[in-house]
Amino acid sequence: MDWGWVQDHLGEIQSLFLQHAQFTLLALVYGFAIAFPLALAATRWPRLYTPILGLTGILFTIPSIALFMLMMPFTGPTATTCLIALTIYTLLVLVRNTVEGLKGVPREVREAAEAMGYRRFKQLFRVELPIALPVIIAGIRIAVVTTIGLVTITALIGFGGLGALFIDGFRQAFGTPIVVGFVLSVLFAIAADLALVGLQRLLTPWARGTAAR
Amino acid sequence: MITFDSVSKRFADGTTAVDNLSLEVPDGEIAVFVGPSGCGKTTTLRMVNRMIEPTDGIIEVDGKNILKEDPAELRRRIGYVIQQIGLFPHRTIRDNIGTVPGLVGWDKKRIRERVDELIEVVGLPEDSGDRYPHELSGGQQQRVGVARALAVDPPIMLMDEPFGAVDPIVRTRLQEEFLRLQQEVQKTIVFVTHDIDEAIKMGDRIALLSQGGRLEQYATPEEMLAAPANEFVADFLGGERGLKQLALIPVRDVDARSGPVVSLEDTPERASEVAGDANTDWVVVVDDARRLKGWVSIDELNGQRNVGEGNIHAFSAEVSAGDSLRTALNAMVTSRTGVAARVGEGGVYEGIVTHKLINEELSKPAEPTAG
Repeated sequence: MDWGWVQDHLGEIQSLFLQHAQFTLLALVYGFAIAFPLALAATRWPRLYTPILGLTGILFTIPSIALFMLMMPFTGPTATTCLIALTIYTLLVLVRNTVEGLKGVPREVREAAEAMGYRRFKQLFRVELPIALPVIIAGIRIAVVTTIGLVTITALIGFGGLGALFIDGFRQAFGTPIVVGFVLSVLFAIAADLALVGLQRLLTPWARGTAAR
Repeated sequence: MITFDSVSKRFADGTTAVDNLSLEVPDGEIAVFVGPSGCGKTTTLRMVNRMIEPTDGIIEVDGKNILKEDPAELRRRIGYVIQQIGLFPHRTIRDNIGTVPGLVGWDKKRIRERVDELIEVVGLPEDSGDRYPHELSGGQQQRVGVARALAVDPPIMLMDEPFGAVDPIVRTRLQEEFLRLQQEVQKTIVFVTHDIDEAIKMGDRIALLSQGGRLEQYATPEEMLAAPANEFVADFLGGERGLKQLALIPVRDVDARSGPVVSLEDTPERASEVAGDANTDWVVVVDDARRLKGWVSIDELNGQRNVGEGNIHAFSAEVSAGDSLRTALNAMVTSRTGVAARVGEGGVYEGIVTHKLINEELSKPAEPTAG
């Protein structure tokens, strides 16, 4: 462990970390923007659920390196390529947890809401989604942690956040950057996960004391 | 008033849930829909707020065809209570109760005042408003369900086995409280249950339905018990029909006999004479203020100077005007005298209720009810 190297490269490490965080956040935002309407459609028309889940499932199984290669002819070695790939990998868990969360809303609660005189959209946003929130956030947590790991791989095409440190380290047969990249990305994943747990506690005070989900 | 006019519901799979149903639920009354599972009682209830649409026929609420109304608007004017309660787990009790007022656009202050009022009306602990549903007991949750349904004071309530999920003791209490509440609020209620005893207790009228949604009889509980329309009705009412009927008749409806009465100062000879006139071997004992002291056996008065020195036994149970004849009958069979002593305010003796009086009451033809 060469602390001198760390001192010399603090600025670089910082900007790589920010890039890492930015990619993670954007992938999640795009992923949710796509997954949410898909999940609503799958809830509204249950026959769509299996095909939607199947498609996102297949996408999820494509090895990441293969996916980069497939996209190269279209988007080249750009940040766009990285983001598209990262986004695709979030879809499965986001769609699945959103649908399962909504399906988990007890039938009698939905029925009561309807009988109280809720219209469909208001019922979705005021009753069903809030109740589904713990399960949806659980999905987001998995997606965030997975994405933070995956970002390091996008370093292969030049936009890898902390992953760039791995590549540097391997090229120079020098351990310090690898250790720094590894420790920071793990800490980042843990911190992000804890932050989401905190967010969930804040948003769902009612779920405290009920069975853990 | 809720009117069903030739209403039928056939489901896509060909089953008939409700078959050509016509009946009226008068204002301020509880109509209980009762029958075995598959008799279409819940389907019928859910057609009133358009959770289910009829295949044929017309349902009117206060003369207006509900199929021509906006379902959401209609539902906000109809209270809804179900067995599973369906409270919103993510909202406090206060917000649960305030749901419909919020939907119809009451301001915050008005909602808050109404919710406070309802928390008291349904007998919830004062501090329960800021709690979440899972922090309450089943009985308390059901009270919240009733409060939520009453929030905008809707003229009509639909109640589907509302007390079905709580234990028998809590159920009895909730039923009685609800009946008291209903005396004040006078809602027009469709109440569904599979329990005939609950139907008899809660209903101003009972609609007894059989498999496939056929209406077998629509009558007051008294009429139905006294004159079941057919064998199905009689079977469904079950054994002990006489006892169930007695449970509906208050003691005040029969003229209590004065019975053999003596006071504490009367002599054994006088007591013996009174008993002889009444053809009994015991007499009722009252004090100067005619308060009931109990009864004495004539044999046990031998050698005493007056009745007060005798061995006065308490009646096993005393009944009052508001008790049912069933309670009176129970008092009779557990008392050596074979009669129930009726007392009024301050324990004042009002007379005795005898087997003969009960027999007479049961053999009276059922009185047709108004409406």
